[in-house]
Amino acid sequence: MSDLLQLRQVGFGYGHHPVLEAVDLRIDPGAFLGIVGPSGSGKTTLLRLLTGALQPTEGIIERRKGVRVAYVPQVETVNWNFPVTVAETLTMARIDGRVWPWRSKGERAEVDAMLDRLGLGGLGERHIRALSGGQQQRVFLARALMSTPDLLLMDEPTSGVDVRTRHEILHLLETLNGEGTAMVLTTHDLNGMAAHLPELVCLNRTVLGHGPPAAVLTPAVLEATYGARMEVLEHAGMPVVVDAVRQVEPVRAAGRA
Amino acid sequence: MDALLEPFDFAFFRNGLMVATLAGALCGLVGTFVVLRSMSYIGHGLSHAIFGGFAASSLIGVNYLLGAGVWGVASALAIGAVTRRRPIGSDAAIGVITTASFAIGLVLGDVFRGPQQSFDAALFGSILGVSGGDVLSVAGVTVGAAVVVFFGYRRLLFSTFDPDVAGVSGINTARLDALLMLVLATSILVTMQVVGATLLAATLVIPATVARMLTNSFSRMLWLSTAIGALCGFVGMMASYHLDWKSGPTIVLVGTALFVVSLLVSGRRGLSRVAHVGHVG
Repeated sequence: MSDLLQLRQVGFGYGHHPVLEAVDLRIDPGAFLGIVGPSGSGKTTLLRLLTGALQPTEGIIERRKGVRVAYVPQVETVNWNFPVTVAETLTMARIDGRVWPWRSKGERAEVDAMLDRLGLGGLGERHIRALSGGQQQRVFLARALMSTPDLLLMDEPTSGVDVRTRHEILHLLETLNGEGTAMVLTTHDLNGMAAHLPELVCLNRTVLGHGPPAAVLTPAVLEATYGARMEVLEHAGMPVVVDAVRQVEPVRAAGRA
Repeated sequence: MDALLEPFDFAFFRNGLMVATLAGALCGLVGTFVVLRSMSYIGHGLSHAIFGGFAASSLIGVNYLLGAGVWGVASALAIGAVTRRRPIGSDAAIGVITTASFAIGLVLGDVFRGPQQSFDAALFGSILGVSGGDVLSVAGVTVGAAVVVFFGYRRLLFSTFDPDVAGVSGINTARLDALLMLVLATSILVTMQVVGATLLAATLVIPATVARMLTNSFSRMLWLSTAIGALCGFVGMMASYHLDWKSGPTIVLVGTALFVVSLLVSGRRGLSRVAHVGHVG
């Protein structure tokens, strides 16, 4: 099996409430895939199925033997009041082999190298709350990378960060992908994030579109996914999604005034 | 100075002091996880539940550690299962299981008129009945808990901080939770005679809360909480003898005084550290 993961007709539900139905998806070793869809469309559930935390209620998920998967949670779900430093956060991911609580000399060097690489050099002893939004995102990315994964799964890795930080994270992910780590991420950000990825899945209970952004970000697929009319413009060769409802909103407001 | 050292002439006091110091360290160590996992209510409930086992075992003539131990472990596993699966509101379920067990203990003590002194000791703590065997029991459980924390350090830290991602990363969080509940139950079991069922939750929570006010590092919090717990046990026991107060309340009051001093020293920063401890956001 050359793919890292393969989903065949996968479904998942809670009781009589289906969340996902008949999802087919292949994730190859070089994948850099974004999953987009409205809130409640099953994006996080799909990620959790890929991690193995959930088991499908229908269909099958095949994993390549020995594939290492790491998960980066949404920053909104992190307990920022927990007493843990940046270095402790990275070390907790190293659970195989060493049993001693403290870091070995080699691990200290690995942590320092990882922090330097992600632009967090010198912040090892800082509490996780005492970081900027972008640095906080990168700490959890660094923790995931400490387990040298083949596949990195990220839930909204750019939520709540400014434009510059979003660019930095996107650039970092592109570099990591170029070095051989497959990536699957969810995002709400169609223009700032999704349009820059090589491969997109439009999801709303099932896969409604799959391919490069230019092929997937079309008015028809977006309307099927979001249940709302959207227009797609082109800027510098990339699709730009415009909410068609919002476009007419100011006109209505002016009319009322 | 002689007056201060006077109680060391008595074997019961030396035993009591050793047990109180060890029990404080043990509660400080285990309390770190109790506080960070928002298990304070479970700790409180479990100490009450074990009291029921204590009462039942002393009335039917079974060894206290064995009878209350089986009762406590069963309660801990029941609470753990309820908390994980949430068939009903976990707070309500814990409340029903533990207070019913506590009530059984009180009724049994009242109806069958057991040895009142040992019932009082189990409720409010006493050093009078502490034997060499009790010292060994507390020492054994303290070493056991330390071994669990030492060898499971990274897994315990990961699953306490981020249980979902820990599970995805290959940690069996259900097994780890059950292990922690067993450590908590046995810790409560062996320390109940000194501190008392009604006050035990405080000795679990106060050292860890003070330690959290003083540091932002998990490893330092573990050490600090253990040391603070031991200090409270030692000072509380000394004060208990000289002031002729019950050991359990005195240990708790020393911890409370330390909490107030830490709050004054760490100020707003310390308060913000403990304001939402154990909560996401």
